[in-house]
Formats: sequence, structure tokens, C-alpha cells
Amino acid sequence: MKLSKSEVEHVAKLARLELSAEEADRLTTHLNGIMAHFEKLQQLDTEGVAPTSHVIPMQNVFREDVTGPCLTAEEALANAPESSDGYFVVPQIVEV
Amino acid sequence: MELSTRTAHELHNMLVKKEVSSREITEAVLGRIEQVEGQVSAYITVTADAALAAADAADESFAKGDAPGLLTGIPVALKDNLCTKGVKTTCASKILKNFVPPYNATAIDKLANMHAVPIGKSNLDEFAMGSSTENSIFYPTKNPWNLSCVPGGSSGGAAAAVAADEAIVALGSDTGGSIRQPASFCGVVGMKPTSGRVSRYGLIAFASSLDQIGPLTKDVTDCAMVLQSISGKDPMDSICADVPVPDYLAALKDDVKGLKIGVPKEFFVQGIDSDVSAAVWKAVELLKSLGAECGEHSMPVMEYTLPAYYILAPSEASSNLARHDGVRYGFRSAQATDVDSMFQKTREEGFGPEVKQRIMIGTYALSAGYYDAYYRKAQQVRTLVRQSFEEAYSKFDVLITPTTPTVAFGLGERSGNPLEMKLTDVCTIPASLSGIPAISITCGYKNNLPIGLQIMGKHFDEETLLRVAYTFEQNTSFHKNRPALGRE
Repeated sequence: MKLSKSEVEHVAKLARLELSAEEADRLTTHLNGIMAHFEKLQQLDTEGVAPTSHVIPMQNVFREDVTGPCLTAEEALANAPESSDGYFVVPQIVEV
Repeated sequence: MELSTRTAHELHNMLVKKEVSSREITEAVLGRIEQVEGQVSAYITVTADAALAAADAADESFAKGDAPGLLTGIPVALKDNLCTKGVKTTCASKILKNFVPPYNATAIDKLANMHAVPIGKSNLDEFAMGSSTENSIFYPTKNPWNLSCVPGGSSGGAAAAVAADEAIVALGSDTGGSIRQPASFCGVVGMKPTSGRVSRYGLIAFASSLDQIGPLTKDVTDCAMVLQSISGKDPMDSICADVPVPDYLAALKDDVKGLKIGVPKEFFVQGIDSDVSAAVWKAVELLKSLGAECGEHSMPVMEYTLPAYYILAPSEASSNLARHDGVRYGFRSAQATDVDSMFQKTREEGFGPEVKQRIMIGTYALSAGYYDAYYRKAQQVRTLVRQSFEEAYSKFDVLITPTTPTVAFGLGERSGNPLEMKLTDVCTIPASLSGIPAISITCGYKNNLPIGLQIMGKHFDEETLLRVAYTFEQNTSFHKNRPALGRE
């Protein structure tokens, strides 16, 4: 399986990364190198093996539904690149 | 003997007996930082004022006769991906360069509550992605044993700080070896506890099913003290298990009689340094002479762990790092014209090359049409790795391997070769994939660079790891050696 530059650019779009042309070239070469290494896994027969997503046998960790301490609006906004009137500010999304 | 060279357990006893104050210890460590930090670059931020304030609080608590915690008054370095309230936490990334967390990680809170002394935030590979601390946007950290060598990574700053006596103990994080590998390269003790032993709340996420916080220390007793101080259930991390925390200091017994130790041959990989291999076998022989029963073992699936890890970790990372989008915290590109370009330009400018590569691999591995071939396959391999360890532990109490196939390599030597760089993690990744605890201790030297011995145990059996490591330490003197740095 070989990745083309346009596929790399598509993946970059999915990942919200705006690659420069030079970076896209470099990543195409790099990703193909890494992917070739992954091919080794196809040698291994995993028919019928259940996948592991988590290593500790626990599920459904419940707690009482009660409010605990939380950040103030001021604390929550303190790191925002831009904020106003208690809101995070982003470039305009909706036409008015 | 300089205070900064002492262990936490020595200093704890001196503090309890009022032979020394925390302020004296803290000033000694800050003095040592002043002396050698220019050469080592272990820290991103040194928090001298906060450290001295905490030291005074500790001294006050001793004066009042409060029951001290194990780390009360002890200077601790904190890897800069652990959230510290009011203190910049950068992940060594441009995207979080000015991030000041509004809360503490649970492990940090536990230390703060007992008046441990936060001495500074240590350097790392950006977002803990790397094996050399060369991927920090600030500067690379140097190995205190040889300043032209890397300290390992990603907790390279934490390991170097402890090795250079710029901290008494440190907290790092381990995803595929990021505590054990730098511990090995810098000649200190490093432990990745069982997944679920220590809360990950406030550890900036890389790969959530693999990430774990753990100690880097000068000896095994200190490792037990730090582990004791940070372990236990936390409602803020739902996978942090409700398993009782034993008395880890009581586990420190100089006795391995009758313990069954397995040596899996697949960890002695192709390309391993013969001196590393010889030092590990010598350690096994020593434990045998002390009454352990040692046997060789085979775990053939181990050769598939590296590719499985390099699918799983980037996949989880690509999802976790989606939150860094320039909206709520961190860097935002000034070039943005609309929301989409704000996301794309912020992430493009904010992340370094290694982080972008991993986000790309993960996004690709999880994308439609490739999920089964890569991600699901890797998760199946993970099951086989777990089963392979379960089988090994039906015969053995612990497994012994090298921590890394070679000693520390030169700065810049492997940065052009990503696959060679990743090979340094080949012995540490299996324990990460199966969630078992593992510790690295020093078992020899090559060209004055430390060689690491890895001991792996059963889930939640850190006690046996500590016992074997402690026995080895009591019968050798490697842990007493320090780099000559600044004392030539």
C-alpha cells in the first residue's frame, strides 16, 4: 500500500493541519517508510482474536450525580486567546 | 556530603530528626541548579520562589510537630506535561507555550498537600513524543554523564535533573518507555506503575490507554516513597483503579529466595550492544546466587509490539490532540481569516514536526477503509501481547530484560532516522501495551554511560518489583555512583 501526496493532503485536511508543499512531500516519504514497517503485522494471524482497547479489566465506573467544585468562568477563560463578556471569541461563523 | 546529592529517604530522616531544614535542602538544590543547569538544560522553568515558600511551609509543619508525609520538604522536579496551578505547563510545545493551568494534576495535589517542594518544570520531547528530549521547542537536555549524549526521553529533563542532583526526586510520564528509557540512559531508577495505579488527571494526554505517571529517583527506596505518595483511586480519572495501596516501603526486603525470574530471549534484540547484554546476564546471575530461581523464556509475539505501538499511540494521540485548536487555551495563529483557517493554521504553526507526523499517522490509521488493517489489527496484537505476559506470569514472578538495547547515543545521532530512534523503545513498549508495571535500575556502565536493567511484574504487583530491585541494589553499588559533572 503506497500513499500518494494527494492522500497525504487529504489526511492533513482531516487532521486540520495546513501543510506547506514541502512538508507534504516530506511527510509522504516519511509516512510511506513508517507504513512499510507496519506491514509486518499482516504476517501475524489474528483471526478470531478479540481486540484490546483497555488493559485493566474494569467497566462502567459510576459515581453519584452530584455537583462538585468547578472552575469559575473567569478561570476557564483566563487562557483563551480571545474572550469577551464571558465567551470564547472565534472568527465569525454565521453570516448576519 | 552536599545536601543535593542525598536521597529522599536520607533527607526525610534528617528532617524528622531536625538535623536539617527544608529551606537548607531547597537552597542547596537551587545552588546546584545555578552551578550546572547551564550545561544540562534539564528545566523549562525553575520555580525558585514557589520552592522556597513550600520549603518554609514544610519547616513550619515540622516545627508544629505535624505528622510528616514521606516527601514533606523534599525538592521534586515535575515533567512539564503535568498541570501545575498558576505555573506555566508547556509540554515543550509552541501551542501550549503560555498555558497556565487553573488546576493541579492529582499527583501534584498529593505532593502539594504534604508540602513537597516543587523545584521546577522539567524538559521533555514535545507532547512526550520522542526518545531523546531533542524534540523540545526550547532546547535539548544533555546527559549529565556525558554532555554530548542525549538523556533519553521523553522524560529526559526529569531523569537528567535527578542524575545531576538538580532535584532529589522527579515525576515523569511513561507512554512507551518515557520514564524507564531516560532513567536507563541517566543511571537513575525509573518506574512505570501499573495502568490505573496512579491518577492521570492533569497529565496532558498523549495516548490515554498507555499514559502513566511515575517516579524517577536516585535509588529504589526513594522510588517506593514517591510511588506511595502518588498512588490511589481518584474520582477524576475513571480508569484509576479502586485497588488498595499497599505499604511499598514494607516491600523493600533484601531477599529474593525462591522467587521465580524469567528472562525472555526476544528482548535481547538484534543489534543489542553485547556489553548491555552481558551486564543484564551478570545481574541475573547475581540474583540467582542470592537464591532466585532463574529461567529462560520465549515470547515470540514481542517482535510485533513495535509496529503495534506505533499505530496505537499515534491513533490515540490524533484524537487527544484535536483539542488544541486555538479556541479555549494556548496559541492561536494570527493569520486566521475564518474558523477553518484558524484551526488549520494554529495547528500547523503550533505543533512541531514529530507531533504532526504522529497526528498524520494516527489520522490515517483511523480513517475509513484503513481502520481494520491498522488500528484493529494493532489492538488484536495487543491482546496477544497481554496473553503472552499472562502465560509468562503463570511460570514466573517477574521478568528481567535490558531497558534499552544500547547506552545513551550522541545528540543529533539518530534525529535523522526515525525508525532507529524508535528502536530504543523496543524493550519498554511491551509492558506499556499490556499495562503491567516495570522498573529500570542501573546494572553497569559502558564508556562511563549507565546500562539499565528492566524488571517487569504482574498487574498491581509493584511490591515484588521493588523487592527484586532493592535486593539487587543492596548487593551492588551502582546506585551510589554520580556523574562527575561540576565536581571534576
